[in-house]
Amino acid sequence: METRRGKSFYILAAVFIAYVLFLYGPMFAIFVLSFQGPEGGLTFPMNGVSLHWFYKVFEGNGVVNIGAAFKRSLALGAVVMLITVVLSVAAGMAFRKGFKGAAVLFYTAIASLIMPSIITSLGIALEFRLFDDVMINHANELGLGWFAEGWTTAMGLFTSGLGAHLTWTLPFGLLIMFAIFNRFDGRLEEAARDLGATPWQTFRYVVLPIILPSVVGIGLFGFTLSWDELARSSQAIGSVNTLPLELQGLTTTVTKPDIYALGTLTSAVSFLVIFLALFIIQFLQARQRRHGSDAGKGLV
Amino acid sequence: MIEERKSFIAWLQAGPMMLVFLAFFLLPLVFVVIVSAWDYNEYEMLPAFSFRGYTDTFEGCIAQFPDLCTILKTYAKTVKLCFLTWAITLTIGFTIAYFLAFHVRSKTWQIVLSLLCTIPFWTSNVIRMIAWVPLLGRNGLVNQGLIDMGLIKVPMEWLLFSEFSVVLAFVHLFTFFMVVPIFNSMIRIDPKLVEAAYDAGATGFQTLVNIIIPLAKPGIVIGSIFVITIVMGDFVTIGVMGGQQIASAGKIIETRLNALQFPAAAANAVILLGITIVIISALTRLVDIRKEL
Repeated sequence: METRRGKSFYILAAVFIAYVLFLYGPMFAIFVLSFQGPEGGLTFPMNGVSLHWFYKVFEGNGVVNIGAAFKRSLALGAVVMLITVVLSVAAGMAFRKGFKGAAVLFYTAIASLIMPSIITSLGIALEFRLFDDVMINHANELGLGWFAEGWTTAMGLFTSGLGAHLTWTLPFGLLIMFAIFNRFDGRLEEAARDLGATPWQTFRYVVLPIILPSVVGIGLFGFTLSWDELARSSQAIGSVNTLPLELQGLTTTVTKPDIYALGTLTSAVSFLVIFLALFIIQFLQARQRRHGSDAGKGLV
Repeated sequence: MIEERKSFIAWLQAGPMMLVFLAFFLLPLVFVVIVSAWDYNEYEMLPAFSFRGYTDTFEGCIAQFPDLCTILKTYAKTVKLCFLTWAITLTIGFTIAYFLAFHVRSKTWQIVLSLLCTIPFWTSNVIRMIAWVPLLGRNGLVNQGLIDMGLIKVPMEWLLFSEFSVVLAFVHLFTFFMVVPIFNSMIRIDPKLVEAAYDAGATGFQTLVNIIIPLAKPGIVIGSIFVITIVMGDFVTIGVMGGQQIASAGKIIETRLNALQFPAAAANAVILLGITIVIISALTRLVDIRKEL
């Protein structure tokens, strides 16, 4: 190819820069506006600079308890992350061996990914409602009376809510595992086996260290997708709300910059997690380069 | 024997994920279909066979013909928003992917620039929607700027809480879903093919149309499926950016749910599901997803 950059490069570079500005510009607007002075409104110009609206968020304005929603979302995100990582890595290994029903699982994951969220959410809500119905009205006939006594609902953050989030994060986890193993050199496993490693040792000492940086990536997807999830949770979360749901509720009622302050805080958590994950990935890759095998060094 | 053991272990490994999908995706879908054919009253669903959910949905469609009834109007609007979003995200997504794949030469820069596009995807959609308010509102930056420049006298009202702002937000949120699969297809195109086309005297445009677009087709189709299914079922973006004033296929379901009319909500979900499946199967005719991973 030609070595000199053509005119098209500069045009496309300009388009790219415009796109990045389009992506980040509005977000920076609210980050800046969340530092409005106490008298400031929802739009520019800035009316002084203060942390007033952040205090407001933490005080709680009586309508919603932001602190509790914050903790709920954090806890749910952590659990979703853990389950997503473990189940995705396990299923990824299974796909490497191949098994009956592999195609079914794959297409189910894809379907779950592209299913309009409101349908999934509605389905989970119906499932739990019907289950509650059975528990309340028919538990005695089923001999479960002792169990269903005082039953209200099975719906909740860590039942229906967790399930709803997993239908969204697991497909991403699985697809990342596919991408990882597409680039994975199977001969490494064979070598380990030839040297007498058990399947578990092969996984623990050969496969896992190599794929670990990407596994951190799955964790990153798991947490952030859950942290920001809204549509699937909307009908399936039960009586409590996650932070995005509270935020969505606030968009119609709040007319003060505290919603920006809350937005800035939520984004700060996202950014913190993203950079932490990227840092860990960098660290792991550097370690791999340092401690990695000496195989092939004689050839270079 | 060993093979059997191996496949048993594979089952154990894949089982938990399958169970999660069974409990929280497949079974719920079955319930949606079943409940869509149930009866209901003002406050609860009645487990008796009835097509009321469907007939209520299409109420007045025959009487008003050839004028469109509410449901058909709503679907027409949803499809229109969907088409606009698809066309714009495809154009932008293709351009960005093309730039990243063919014009950014060092691997490091490719990673850095891709990350730059990905980071917003990992932040909250609601925040990214609200972020448009200070820019597009009546007293927002755009209106202020145009007034200060003397281009307009009164603020433009259609910038926010309108179809314009809805499509803008869709493009803002979901172009990422186009960029990734198209980029993924493009980096697999052998640079030698482009070179050969160039050597054979093809213009840049001819190379684009005859080489790159056909080879990037799988990515284009996958990205399109993503964007179309998200927009068809959306109710959050349309709600927030449309000021809760614009109806859509997803919003009908939400409204029915808020009224506790579960069978009607389920009937609407089945209709939406049907339409989505038709669109996807039409698109997948063009490409085998499994091969692209």
